[in-house]
Amino acid sequence: MSIWEYANPKKFMQTSEAILPWAAGFAALAMGVGLIWGFFFTPDDFRQGSTVKIIYLHVPAAMMAINIWIMMLVTSLIWLIRRHHVSALAAKAAAPIGLTMTLIALVTGALWGQPMWGTWWAWDPRLTSFLVLFLFYLGYIALWAAVEDPDTAADLTGVLCIVGSVFALLSRYAVNFWNQGLHQGASLSLDKQENVADVFWMPLVISIAGFVAFFVALVLLRTRTEIRARRLSALLARERMA
Amino acid sequence: MIALLWRDLRLAMRAGGGFGLGLAFFLLIAVLVPLGVGPEMSVLGRIAPGILWVGALLACLLSLDRIFALDMEDGSLDLLATAPIPLEGVVAVKALAHWLVTGLPLTLISPLLGILLNLSWAGQGWLLLSLLLGTPALSVIGAFGAALTVGLKRGGLLLSLLVLPLYVPTLIFGAEAVERGVRGADALTPLILLAGITAGSAALLPFAAAAAIRVNMR
Repeated sequence: MSIWEYANPKKFMQTSEAILPWAAGFAALAMGVGLIWGFFFTPDDFRQGSTVKIIYLHVPAAMMAINIWIMMLVTSLIWLIRRHHVSALAAKAAAPIGLTMTLIALVTGALWGQPMWGTWWAWDPRLTSFLVLFLFYLGYIALWAAVEDPDTAADLTGVLCIVGSVFALLSRYAVNFWNQGLHQGASLSLDKQENVADVFWMPLVISIAGFVAFFVALVLLRTRTEIRARRLSALLARERMA
Repeated sequence: MIALLWRDLRLAMRAGGGFGLGLAFFLLIAVLVPLGVGPEMSVLGRIAPGILWVGALLACLLSLDRIFALDMEDGSLDLLATAPIPLEGVVAVKALAHWLVTGLPLTLISPLLGILLNLSWAGQGWLLLSLLLGTPALSVIGAFGAALTVGLKRGGLLLSLLVLPLYVPTLIFGAEAVERGVRGADALTPLILLAGITAGSAALLPFAAAAAIRVNMR
């Protein structure tokens, strides 16, 4: 029993069908609890007032935006090395979710920044690198859409994802160099000193767990759709041949 | 490889090769920006490093799709792929040819445009140096983008969408070096980082680009 068995589309369909309702249910529960707890049952911050509560959307979305790209990098590598179609389709399925998460992080950040920093947007390193990440997602999705042959598209986007990762990382440190930051440091860290205060911590972690489960459910659903679409086009091609 | 280099250079120089178009575009940007921003010399002098770097980047972008598309159309790319030199070498030579006909001339005329934009004399040297070190990266990264989109009928717009985010670090370090040079601050650090990006992408990206071309020729 190895993990590669799930690369078989049939096996993947069976497993994902079983996991999907659980992931979706857990996502709904955790996001519901985390967000409602966060929005209505935590105290206001003594300096930021109630605007602090956007953290329960902003931080999970931003974390997911970065981690989805890393997940795409891993699945692209698996596709390029081991040629498992499910892996390439999972990367394709994840990209629009990542794009949306990046957008959520940018928009919630702007909404928070307006009352707090007095501006919707600042050319701060973190903000700028998120904008660049947004562009990387756009390019990746556009390349998938532009290439007709699915295997060629999977190969090209895989190569783009690898090269893009290197350059995204370079950009991250380049913008650090280019401008000093306005954005605060990490809200969560293994180092206890840097964490947000305990009252905010618990709903935030629940909310993050909800976002992760939400992503898992969405990516499974979208990969299943891709596999079905692939099967359909194979059937149609066979029909035409006959 | 040298024969291939000469062939590409000759093709670019002759009519329809697009040599000079990039230069004209670069000049146009340097003319249009003051028209848009206003003729105030102090403002122009302050934004000149950024404008010139962005201009160089866009001028470079203009001719990227020619690197492989024409050879793909007439089939010479297939011959090059089966030639004894490795495809990675072909990519590197073609990127070099692209740099020789766009990046290098851009670098050479940039002091002239620097005068138009009231760039200080201290900045001129840094501009020349940073463009000289940075534009090869633009060509190599562009060659990678061109390799990704070579199989597409209308890949031009997509090419810019793919390549421009990859240009971000180069642009930041390049413009920062000139900007620091103008202020008299330490410009050597961004310049070294810029050179590092150029060296790294020249060493690694031909492999990625060659892989993309192989996929596109399948």
